[in-house]
Amino acid sequence: MEFLSQAMIYLAAAVICVPVAKRLGMGSVLGYLLAGIVIGPFVLGFIGKEGQDIMHFAEFGVVMMLFLIGLELEPAQFWRLRRSILGLGSLQLGLTTFILFPAFLITGFAWQAALAVSLALAMSSTAIALQTVKEKGLSQTAAGQASFSVLLFQDIAVIPVLAILPLLAINASAAHGHTTFIDQFPGWVQTLALFLAVGIIYFAGRYLIVPLLRLIARTQLRELFTASSLFLVVAIATLMQLVGLSPALGAFLAGVVLANSEYRHELESDLQPFKGLLLGLFFIGVGASINFELIRTSPGTVFLLVAGIMLVKSFVLFLSGRIFRLKTDQNLLYTFALSQVGEFAFVLFSFTGQLGILSAEWTGTLMAATAITMTVTPFLLLLNEKVIDPRFGVKEKPDEREADIIEDRHKVIIAGFGHFGSTIGRFLRANGVEATILDNDSDRVELLRRMGFKVYYGDATRRDLLESAGAGEAKILVAAIDDPESNRNLASTVKKHFPHLRTLVRARSRMDAYDLIELGVNDIYRESLHTSIALGVDVLAGLGYRRYTALRQGQKFLHYDEKALAGMAAMRHDTKQYIIQARESFRLQEELLSRDLHQDLAGNDHSWDSETIRESLSGPIVE
Amino acid sequence: MATFIDSFLIVIFAMQNHTVTMKVLIVFTHPRFEKSLNQRLLVKQIPVSGEITFHDLYEHYPGFDIAMEAEQRLLTEHDVIIWQHPFYWYSAPALMKQWIDIVLDFGWAYGPGGTALTGKYALNVITAGGPRQAYSKEGYNRFAIRELISPFDQTAALCRMTYLPPFVLHGTHRLSAEEGKSAASDYRFLLETLRSGDFPAEDMVKHVYMNDWIALQKY
Repeated sequence: MEFLSQAMIYLAAAVICVPVAKRLGMGSVLGYLLAGIVIGPFVLGFIGKEGQDIMHFAEFGVVMMLFLIGLELEPAQFWRLRRSILGLGSLQLGLTTFILFPAFLITGFAWQAALAVSLALAMSSTAIALQTVKEKGLSQTAAGQASFSVLLFQDIAVIPVLAILPLLAINASAAHGHTTFIDQFPGWVQTLALFLAVGIIYFAGRYLIVPLLRLIARTQLRELFTASSLFLVVAIATLMQLVGLSPALGAFLAGVVLANSEYRHELESDLQPFKGLLLGLFFIGVGASINFELIRTSPGTVFLLVAGIMLVKSFVLFLSGRIFRLKTDQNLLYTFALSQVGEFAFVLFSFTGQLGILSAEWTGTLMAATAITMTVTPFLLLLNEKVIDPRFGVKEKPDEREADIIEDRHKVIIAGFGHFGSTIGRFLRANGVEATILDNDSDRVELLRRMGFKVYYGDATRRDLLESAGAGEAKILVAAIDDPESNRNLASTVKKHFPHLRTLVRARSRMDAYDLIELGVNDIYRESLHTSIALGVDVLAGLGYRRYTALRQGQKFLHYDEKALAGMAAMRHDTKQYIIQARESFRLQEELLSRDLHQDLAGNDHSWDSETIRESLSGPIVE
Repeated sequence: MATFIDSFLIVIFAMQNHTVTMKVLIVFTHPRFEKSLNQRLLVKQIPVSGEITFHDLYEHYPGFDIAMEAEQRLLTEHDVIIWQHPFYWYSAPALMKQWIDIVLDFGWAYGPGGTALTGKYALNVITAGGPRQAYSKEGYNRFAIRELISPFDQTAALCRMTYLPPFVLHGTHRLSAEEGKSAASDYRFLLETLRSGDFPAEDMVKHVYMNDWIALQKY
């Protein structure tokens, strides 16, 4: 019962505080922190010391986050942004650490502590910065790209930093508090084991995990796939711990290895909720362990810390933006967006605390300062937008592109790559348009991958999978799944969650088409309509009709049929009326067509038909 | 007394002339519009207005299946018909001819009872690669533009429309930015003039090119 009531307190706090924080424009990280503070020992006191234990457990969320970061790291995008990632990123991290380090030394820190703290404070908040940039639609601007680059560099930098931290431990026994199995061997064996472990991850990722996932995907049991995703990350973490390496590093590596596999989006969407919950739990733990006594007794120290840190970070950011030639308005946005200390700092502080690098008192103070910088960010951005930017900024318009160029970032998603979808995919590819393809037949996915298509395994009707396939940024979605019901579900999911996305839907029959019309879908493609008309045209030609006449009849039939479809869909609910209408419609169709052809296209047109003119006695003859 | 009434009527007539605007339909064909700098230059000049309709045929009927009734409805709603197109092989792109074949129907546009277009105005707006001199007896194209587009001229006449001289942008392969700009502004001026409904058709038709008439008005 103890566990349940605990879980209830945590979940209730999150459910109440996170939406409130989001409402106030502060982001979910601050919401979780707030929840932790509220239920922590200084406000309501629901949880006390066990906050620490919860955090140990929740740190696994960090491992998962790094796995996902690795998974999302697209080599192509990395390469495109390599200059700003490596240049801007290392400049920001290096310079910030370089300035903060002596400052903390002067304050009286040991050099190990000063270094650890400086590195931690140099990190910015991915959750806050990227979310803000995305919400304002600035992802494609120079500031958006620069922010993304710096954050990515920091994400990657966390791994070596986590690896270095134990080496900085002043108290050696604290670092090796839990002796690992590998410690009993001599140094060279340990080193060998380390390389072996990394090698194992690489080869397993390539040759073991993907076939295994394929096997599991074939069972069509979703929860089994989720279980194996979790197993994968847990196993990697365990392996790494065994050889005394950072589990985060192992997870990141595994993520990178799997980034090119067809299960990328499926893994991503399966692990996302776990990562979110665990990180949420982690931040609640952080919130609960912020020591408000410290802030109350020495508000001056905390205030100085916040002001000093933000000034240094902003200065370095603005300078680096200048060096990389950002326009002033872009540079300001980039500076303010990244000026806070990020969630990684919490991770790093809690590690440094455990390792005994930093006193509990300082850990608490720094965590409080970090939380405050995060809280301040949304207000700073607002200030920038309303006051500073209008005065100094030069506006860069986000979309000044040539109309003809189709961006190589995938703007099209094709769901379902059977005989219908694959033709669409081939056609688009022939025109240089690469689409993101989703299919949930693992055998087919494997085959198509071998043929060089970028296909991902997964059930496209799931919102989370659509999200990770980029439905938020895509322009067009093609619903080409074999099963009509799935297409219908997909169409309604898209309508609900991605209303901007234009959806072109395959319909098997007239009845499917009616259902889709009812859902409000405008672009409906009955799969057999065009083919059967083409066949019909050939039949007419085979009977001796001139080809062009037959073709025109086919074109007219198509237009008429589309019109009749829309008309009849409206009538469908009154079944009786529908039957009458349908019969009426077919009668009309028949009549119209025969009139078209046998009465010299009477009531339609007489194009290229001189007979009518000849029949008409008066009037000039033009031929 | 009679003269008084006459002058009164003239004033009324003049006032009407000034207040009655005309609706202009631009029937546009270009099979590769995205690659045509000069047509884009002209199209950009078309004022956004309820009285001017830009109708891009290749965008509407890529399969050449022109909807006769819809097109005829459009024509009925407008007073001035502009055929805007590049000058391909001394004529318009194929879809323009398809449009004429299907839409200008016997008994509707011409022939007995074919009075739907009576009294409307028609003209071509053309971009041509060669210079104006090339389109003459001595030039390498041997015929003048007016000779080559006489089918349009006569089509308009058969439909009892007044055919106005064409607006031609010559030498499009070697057009300078300045020349392009001034041609574009001339086109805008023409459209504004036609829309106002206040233009001397009987004066315009005396010119070979509409460009010549515009030059006289502006300079």
